[in-house]
Amino acid sequence: MNPQGPSPRAPFPKRHLLQISDLNRLEALELIARAETFLPFTQAREKKLSTLKGRTLVNLFFENSTRTQASFELAGKRMSADTVNMSVKTSSVAKGETLLDTAASLNAMGPDLLVVRHGASGAAQLLARKVGCSVINAGDGTHEHPTQALLDALTLKRSFGQVEGLIIAICGDILHSRVARSNVILLSMLGARVRLIAPPTLMPAQVERWGCEIYHSMRQGLEGVDVVMMLRLQLERMDGVFVPSAREYFRFYGLDARKLAFASKHVKVMHPGPMNRGVEIDSDIADDPRVSLIVDQVESGVAVRMAVLEALASHGANGVQGDD
Amino acid sequence: MTEPRIHFFNARLVDPASQFDGSGEVMVAGDKIVAVGPHVRPEPGATRVDCGGHALMPGLIDLHVSTGEPGEEHRETLKTAGKAAVAGGVTTMVLQPDTQTVIDDAALVDFIVRRGRDHSLARVLAAGALTLGLKGERIAEFGLMAEAGAVMFTNSDHPVVSSRTMQRCMAYATAFDVLITSRPEDAFLADGGMMNQGEFASRLGLAGIADVAETIAADRDIQLAQLTGSRLLLDMISCEATLGRIAMARDQGVKIKASVSVHHLTLNESDVGDYRTFAKLAPPLRSEQDRLALVEGVKSGLIDAIVSGHDPRPAEQKRLPFDEAAFGASALETLLPAALILYHEGLIELVELIGALTFGPAQILGLPQGRIAAGTPADLILVDLGFPIRFDASAMLSKSKNSPYDGRTMQGKVKATWVGGKKVYSAAD
Repeated sequence: MNPQGPSPRAPFPKRHLLQISDLNRLEALELIARAETFLPFTQAREKKLSTLKGRTLVNLFFENSTRTQASFELAGKRMSADTVNMSVKTSSVAKGETLLDTAASLNAMGPDLLVVRHGASGAAQLLARKVGCSVINAGDGTHEHPTQALLDALTLKRSFGQVEGLIIAICGDILHSRVARSNVILLSMLGARVRLIAPPTLMPAQVERWGCEIYHSMRQGLEGVDVVMMLRLQLERMDGVFVPSAREYFRFYGLDARKLAFASKHVKVMHPGPMNRGVEIDSDIADDPRVSLIVDQVESGVAVRMAVLEALASHGANGVQGDD
Repeated sequence: MTEPRIHFFNARLVDPASQFDGSGEVMVAGDKIVAVGPHVRPEPGATRVDCGGHALMPGLIDLHVSTGEPGEEHRETLKTAGKAAVAGGVTTMVLQPDTQTVIDDAALVDFIVRRGRDHSLARVLAAGALTLGLKGERIAEFGLMAEAGAVMFTNSDHPVVSSRTMQRCMAYATAFDVLITSRPEDAFLADGGMMNQGEFASRLGLAGIADVAETIAADRDIQLAQLTGSRLLLDMISCEATLGRIAMARDQGVKIKASVSVHHLTLNESDVGDYRTFAKLAPPLRSEQDRLALVEGVKSGLIDAIVSGHDPRPAEQKRLPFDEAAFGASALETLLPAALILYHEGLIELVELIGALTFGPAQILGLPQGRIAAGTPADLILVDLGFPIRFDASAMLSKSKNSPYDGRTMQGKVKATWVGGKKVYSAAD
């Protein structure tokens, strides 16, 4: 296999990846296509490429994350970037100040790529204005998680051949989900029909304006869908503030074989992880390789992050400047 | 084997669902009404009931009843409440969740439903708690409780203080299309109040509960119902000012229903008199102007249901200084004769009045009973409308005999009651 990686593509027109809504359809397809070319390398025995040799990647995580951080770290290391992980505990006071202070120090270290996860919506945008490198949003508050949406799209493309025309139900805590927001925009952009299923207390206000079909019942919402994308419900949101209890949630909104039977025969199930087994998803489904794409999602994750790092690193190459 | 048949004849049929008030006959087979008409075809072997020209009407449906079961069985049990109910013409009653052990869980709803089925002569339906423990903090399990049979969700006499919690409850309820019930009262304004705020209260030296305590809460809940699309029952409203708000909300498409207690249609603040604790009710008895407006509300349809607000309190909770006495009245047995005061005074047509006691509440809950029509449950009462009574609270069947009507002359007596085609009560002549 070619240690240089897939054949080079044109420089990417965007400098940052802060939100899916910044991308147009062609750019989104380009990132997915790039990621597809990286897939064979993630499965090869010798995985090291030299694509980002000499570049510095900083993973700046203000929130705990295991898999996203590991995924970006692996992506960077496999492309030979110098990869640094910084886990910053968010202090409850003066968050904004801390973020900007951190940004100033980071800037002085001269990274090329900065991956950031933060508990506040808009944190990635703020950082992007203050640092001189490419910023990749790895999840900001309840706003967006663009690489998750891209990896979900890639997973769907691998499984179904294309995203266009699929009927996809996103179920669970839509209100607090950055994954849902990114996916709604990306999957709709790629031509899928997106349905949202959640109790009304976990739906954002005026969600009907998002261009999706809204359901409060799994039975109706899952009717004939090709894909069910389950979202994680934080345990602290199941104690009567948003939904009465975990048992009632599972009874009416947890994915089990009984509810999945309403979907189409070839239905596939996805989950961004980490799963609450027995709360939002039954183990029988999560672990069934005939319906579950959950492992594929993780695999796609590394390829997508490699593609994103490579694409943003290519920004500005050959004197081509994008519209950032 | 054919089902046992009952042939009611020589009756004045009162069926609000079809707006019918006239002579007719009814045939019952098993637990259902099978034929209604001026004359129904006689069936050999049918039990013949000569109604003697008295009124045969649907059994009353009471949307607001409390007992002490489980936890305070000395106040009332489902069995004693059932006896009192059928004697008062009530064939279906909805139990409030505010028992000592709050009905906020599917297993407890199931307990009430089963105990009611096994021990009460009247049909028992359960209202589930709106919030866990009625504390106004956490949404109760509407979905699981509805599956267990809960027909509505209410915080009873414990207003939900947090508007956000109320909003979330209503929003959550729309997923299951369940009915949210609120007895509108601003907890802070009503705190410590004993009776209607006004001249009477100030002369008596009793702390008042202003009518705005009701309208502020009603405004909030109406707006939240509008925002969330939830179905809302404003329970036991007491003020004229609330009626205007209901009318306006309905014009705007809010799915809102309203009920009133029979006390607020027939008594006013002056009935507190010289500190009569039997007239200490929640919400408090209001002014005469409010009372007349509420009667008008029943006539116009702004108010859908008349309830008893049955709240049995043993003597030791009532024979106390007014400030210390419990709120509430035992009312299952007085619901019908008290409501008939309005009919006998010529304030309302019989069919309109009975409508708010039968078909109106049935519509709110989507129940098949509450009407006299073929195919519906044979829940019937035979009433001697003009029978004079001097109400004697000490003769009540309810375990607690606290009634503001004690000693009052009224007209109207239930002669017999059938639930599901079974005769469950027959008055001693």
